[in-house]
Amino acid sequence: MNLKPETLKQIDEVITHYPEIRSATLPLLHLIQEDIGYLPQETEEWVAEKLELEPINVYEVTTFYPMFRRKPTGRRHIRVCRTLSCALVGGYNTCATLQKEFNTELNEVSPDGNVTIEFVECLASCGTGPVLMVDDDLHENVDCAKAKQIADQIKAEPKES
Amino acid sequence: MPKQRRLIFKHIDEEGYSNDIDCYQRNGGYEVLKKAVTRKPEDLREEVKKSGIRGRGGAGFPCGVKWGLVDRKSGKPIYLIVNADESEPGTFKDRYIMHQDPHQLIEGTMISCFANDVKQAYIYIRGEFPHGARILEKAIQEARDQNLVGQNILGTDYSCDIFVHRGAGAYICGEETGLIESLEGKRAYPRIKPPYFPAVLGLYQCPTIVNNVETLCHVKHIIDMGGEEYTKIGTPGNTGTRIFCVSGHVQKPGYYEFEAGKITMGELLNDVCGGPLPGRTFKAVIPGGSSAKILKFGERFKGTSRAGVDYDMGVEDVPMDFDSLAMIGTMGGSGGVIVMDDSVNMVEALANINAFYSHESCGQCTPCREGSLWMKKISTRMVKGEARQEDGALLKSVADQIPGRTICAFGEGASWPTQSFLTKFGDEFEAYPETKKTKSVDAIPLV
Repeated sequence: MNLKPETLKQIDEVITHYPEIRSATLPLLHLIQEDIGYLPQETEEWVAEKLELEPINVYEVTTFYPMFRRKPTGRRHIRVCRTLSCALVGGYNTCATLQKEFNTELNEVSPDGNVTIEFVECLASCGTGPVLMVDDDLHENVDCAKAKQIADQIKAEPKES
Repeated sequence: MPKQRRLIFKHIDEEGYSNDIDCYQRNGGYEVLKKAVTRKPEDLREEVKKSGIRGRGGAGFPCGVKWGLVDRKSGKPIYLIVNADESEPGTFKDRYIMHQDPHQLIEGTMISCFANDVKQAYIYIRGEFPHGARILEKAIQEARDQNLVGQNILGTDYSCDIFVHRGAGAYICGEETGLIESLEGKRAYPRIKPPYFPAVLGLYQCPTIVNNVETLCHVKHIIDMGGEEYTKIGTPGNTGTRIFCVSGHVQKPGYYEFEAGKITMGELLNDVCGGPLPGRTFKAVIPGGSSAKILKFGERFKGTSRAGVDYDMGVEDVPMDFDSLAMIGTMGGSGGVIVMDDSVNMVEALANINAFYSHESCGQCTPCREGSLWMKKISTRMVKGEARQEDGALLKSVADQIPGRTICAFGEGASWPTQSFLTKFGDEFEAYPETKKTKSVDAIPLV
């Protein structure tokens, strides 16, 4: 697997946090996903070897946790909250607006390559709903007008970033 | 109007307050830890016990009792895990503590570790808080640099380190034994109790304490003022302050910290949160995170309390504390108050909740895995496809077969919404096939 030297360093460091190295499974998967953008096919074998496990031990983890993904996302990864508090104040409309703006289905890279939109469960910011995350950043009170602004901003960004 | 008592949220959203260690120390930070390490650990535990503090994660279990259950004779290391998974829908308090005042959590954690002879602590933070994880890591490093965390803290022979561990989007990791499995690098399948009580057989089969972020912050204040003094805040049996996270259909949603039991639901929603949206009336409220049983405005609760006092009250009159909410058949849970006004159809609200539980069931126990899925399928079909008059009864029959038949309390949490919605709004489910035909196209979709 082609990981950056910085990632490899972080991986070796994080393993030292635990008396039993299997605990480093989730941290390693996060680091690999942050580096590559998703978990490539060889992830299980690579992590298993690193942590002295069987690949199935890692596979059961990658298939259980919603945040781990097997495919690249669009340039930006948008996660819109679907759960009740946000839905009560228009979360579904926010999500539909974004899908329309990027002409895309959920969980797929939009035709222009700009985004992947996911409809996720509670993001723990229920008092400022509807909320969404663009990559690591939380956006609050995202009504349809604000969703459109966010979409325009993303479309205007240079593609390389 | 009752006044807020900001103990934990004292500096949240304060102008000029930053999350670095200098700002924290300018405001008296780490002074409590400095005094705590000069005392005997068992004295500190006694203070926490005396304080009566109940866990703020949802179950309301007394923290002092939890600490008292720890097996201290096993010869194995004792671990402390900060439950920062904050994933109960409607709850958003720990987010602010970790992002804006991380050192309060670290100080509370270090005091708790010292009190329990813990040498290694982990903060299990939900994956969707990437900035929170980085802020905590930076804060812990700042504390290490000042010898407040790590080897021989403050010149004593006591050593304890803290590491941040990120989850990856699974609600079940908020359940303490599921969290432990996840921290061990596995699927977050909750463990069966007995024998796997964390206090005896927790992380790596060692005695383990799992406490919520807010609870550990309270510990700092308890040690600061003394357990006895702390009991003067709040009401007997429900000591300290509570942070209410109000969301949904009120004028001013947000977080509000009050002395426990000293504010009623009506005061919280009408006076503090500004009442319903213009032209609307309150219809229902879920008082303690989405698992808590729903309350219907207009219903009356009558009976005799455990203290032998007769009561007869409406939703607005209920004091916001663990015991009063339990008395009227629901729970204070995590403090997440979700408000719905008369624009909401309860079939649709339930369909939204059921989709959540179906998505989040870990799949280990058949009644929960299958039951939550079927409740979602039925309620979604009612809204998006064909609705039948008997669907309500069908939903309830599925829900009734889950509680008590699963390893963890998720089974209860997943079935209580359906059970309580059907008990209180059964007529809406029966009428739904007709309601649907006349539904406004402008209504906000919930599924």
